[in-house]
Amino acid sequence: MAASAESMQASSAGLILRLWQSSIGKKYVMAVTGLALFLFVIVHLAGNLQIYLGPYKINEYAHLLKSTPAVLWGARAGLLAIVALHIVTALQLTAANRKARPAGYAVGKPVASTFAQRTILVSGLVLLAFIIFHLGHFTIGFVDPALLDLRDIYGRHDVYRMMVNGFSNPLVSIFYIVSMGLLLLHLSHGVSSLFQSLGLRSRKTFRFFDRLAKGAAVLLFLGNCSIPLSILLGIIK
Amino acid sequence: MNLTLRVWRQKNAKTSGQFVTYQATDISAEMSFLEMLDVVNEELIKKGEEQIAFDHDCREGICGSCGMVINGTPHGPLSATTTCQLHMRFFKDGDTITIEPWRASSFPIIKDLVVDRTAFDRIIQSGGFVSVSTGGAPDGNAIPIPKEDADKAMDAAQCIGCGACVAACKNASAMLFVSAKVSHLGLLPQGHVEADRRVLNMVATMDEEGFGNCTNTGSCEAACPKEISLDNIARMNRAYAKALFKNKLA
Ligand code: HEM
Ligand code: SF4
Ligand code: FES
Repeated sequence: MAASAESMQASSAGLILRLWQSSIGKKYVMAVTGLALFLFVIVHLAGNLQIYLGPYKINEYAHLLKSTPAVLWGARAGLLAIVALHIVTALQLTAANRKARPAGYAVGKPVASTFAQRTILVSGLVLLAFIIFHLGHFTIGFVDPALLDLRDIYGRHDVYRMMVNGFSNPLVSIFYIVSMGLLLLHLSHGVSSLFQSLGLRSRKTFRFFDRLAKGAAVLLFLGNCSIPLSILLGIIK
Repeated sequence: MNLTLRVWRQKNAKTSGQFVTYQATDISAEMSFLEMLDVVNEELIKKGEEQIAFDHDCREGICGSCGMVINGTPHGPLSATTTCQLHMRFFKDGDTITIEPWRASSFPIIKDLVVDRTAFDRIIQSGGFVSVSTGGAPDGNAIPIPKEDADKAMDAAQCIGCGACVAACKNASAMLFVSAKVSHLGLLPQGHVEADRRVLNMVATMDEEGFGNCTNTGSCEAACPKEISLDNIARMNRAYAKALFKNKLA
């Protein structure tokens, strides 16, 4: 028994190692973590859009999210691991790609690839900077600690006021909007690409995935940007 | 017509190369691109200069030997066409044409426009075959094969191993080439038996040879003279996962 359990373990470790050491395996990691982040971004926006329902609703929602520390910290740890894997894999793949193709061509434009495809690393890296700032802004509090101390009349963290105060600074709002533009760019290629990496896309379904990626990326952009814009324009106050 | 050529000249893998400008005069529109280069080389011989080295063999678009990057595009501006099948009527009098070799670390330059593509041979040696030794040729229709599979396999079998996919890719990825071989052999009953081992070994060799990783841009498909489809890459991505997991359970 012990021996067979051990060999099972050994072969599971072997599988993971083999995945990690192969180009295609790393692409699976990119795709799966990319998909998880994409789904997270959708849920995150759905939660935040509750700001349009007024302070009570969104504060209630935020309170609910934080009410079970085990769940909260489990989710945070999971997300952190996913982001770390996504980035480490992206950097490794990109380094290998640069080594494989050190010299470009003297003339001509890149064959058939799009701007979003060629800039995926740049959009990703700026997103990383954004994620760090965003966490510092609304989660950890190193940007403006006072934002985290706001309380509503029920004694809950006043997330509504935090967002309104946070986005009243036009510079901050502009940084958020620019970052969302980069997310738009990143996802407009990424969400279709991940299905190709997982072997689930074909010539027949290409249009579907391409539209899904671009459509979802645009909707996420509009939804996310609407919040700082509404605050700047005084629609939410 | 008269053309100005900017051609990459490089003595060997160790020296660094540079562009040299040549005039191609009295070129007829009926000539192929390689014939145009032959004319330029004749002139160079007359002048006692070193000819421009380039690979070629069949000159009918089937061997995969020829290949150069013409104005930034592997095999030139015409889609689904090898360099040897590209004719000068697609250029205009007075054009300047820049000609470069395939650029990829895994395809080191041998001389001028000739690159070493033996990395592809080593990928094939690691699994791009069906290892059964049989007697005489079997009956044509002895093994029934669904038409759909046969079509897909034959489409993949079009690959001539020219390397334009690697040359076009910003990551110098060989995924289109390898996936064409994996699909072509794996879709047919004779090759299906070894499908798992084949995909694992060929991908491992592809990685060892230093080719880059696919970022699904589709440049390879656009440059491929045989219109090998990205569907093959998706199929290989599926086959690789299947083979890895089966390998683990075995
Ligand atoms: C909200 C955060 C993010 C989301 C939702 C996201 C999503 C995605 C998705 C869906 C893909 C496509 C996966 C595939 O091609 O199979 C992708 C690819 C990529 N991401 Fe992200 N990403 C995020 C953050 C980042 C960050 C912070 C970086 C920083 C380096 C990054 C770098 C990349 C790169 C380089 C690729 C292309 C990798 C390749 O094709 O080999 N991403 N991302
Ligand atoms: S896939 Fe196309 S471009 Fe690549 S080697 Fe085969 S024929 Fe050439
Ligand atoms: S010389 Fe054979 S394909 Fe061009």
